[in-house]
Amino acid sequence: MSGMSRIVKTVTNITFPLVLIYGLYVIAHGHLTPGGGFQGGAVVASGLAMILVAYGSVWTMKKINEKHLSALESLGALGFIGLAFLGLIFGTWFFNNYLVGNEILFGEIGRGAANIYTAGVIPLMNFAVGLKVIAGLFAIVLVMAYATRLKEGK
Amino acid sequence: MSLRNSVAVIFFLLIAIFFVFSAFITHPFGEFNNENSPEMDQYIIDNTQNETGADNGVTSVVFDYRGFDTLGEATVLFTAVAGVIILFRRLKK
Repeated sequence: MSGMSRIVKTVTNITFPLVLIYGLYVIAHGHLTPGGGFQGGAVVASGLAMILVAYGSVWTMKKINEKHLSALESLGALGFIGLAFLGLIFGTWFFNNYLVGNEILFGEIGRGAANIYTAGVIPLMNFAVGLKVIAGLFAIVLVMAYATRLKEGK
Repeated sequence: MSLRNSVAVIFFLLIAIFFVFSAFITHPFGEFNNENSPEMDQYIIDNTQNETGADNGVTSVVFDYRGFDTLGEATVLFTAVAGVIILFRRLKK
C-alpha cells in the first residue's frame, strides 16, 4: 500500500472534486471572467499532483500512463493550431475569429451581461489550451515522481 | 572584500538604479491619452467587445489579438514536456 497516511488520502478525496470543478470553471469561463486555459489548466494539474502526492506515483502510474497524457497534450496542441488554420480557411488570416457574428457556435457578441455563448473561437481555444496544460503539467510531475521512486527503491 | 565581490556589488547597484529610474519613467497607472501612453490601450478597451465578442479583454488579447504569442507559449510547454519525458525515459525500467 503506497502513498501517505489515511488522513491525507481522505482529505484529498474530499478536496479533489472541488479543485477539479474550480479549474474547469476557470477554463470554461475564460472569455468572461479572469483566467483562461493556462490558469485553469494549472489549477486542475495541481489537483492531480495532489492525488499523486497522496496516493504515490506507482498507484497513479497504474491508473494512467504518461503515453496517454502525451497523446492528450498533442491533441490539445493540434486543436489549437487547427482552430488557427481554420481561421485561414473560413476567414481571412491566421488566428482569425471567424465565428463571431455568425449563428453557428459561440457566435453572439458579449455586452457585459456574462453571456457564455459568445466570443467565437476563444472558448474553443481555451478548451484546447486547457487540455494541453492539464496533460502536459501532469505528465511532467508524474514522470519525475516515478523516476525518483525508482531511485529510492535501489 | 575581494575583486569579484566588488564587481558584483557595482553591477547590482547599476541594475538597481536602472530599474528604479525606469519605474519612474513609466506612465501613471490608470491614465490614458497622455503623451506617454500608447493609443493601443484605448483602442483595445473601446473595440474588444465588438470585434472579438468576449467580455474579458485580457483573454481576447491573448487568444485573438496576440495569438502568435500564445502559440509560442504552447510551443514552450510542449517542448518542456517532450524534454522531460525524453530525459526520464531510461529511469522507468
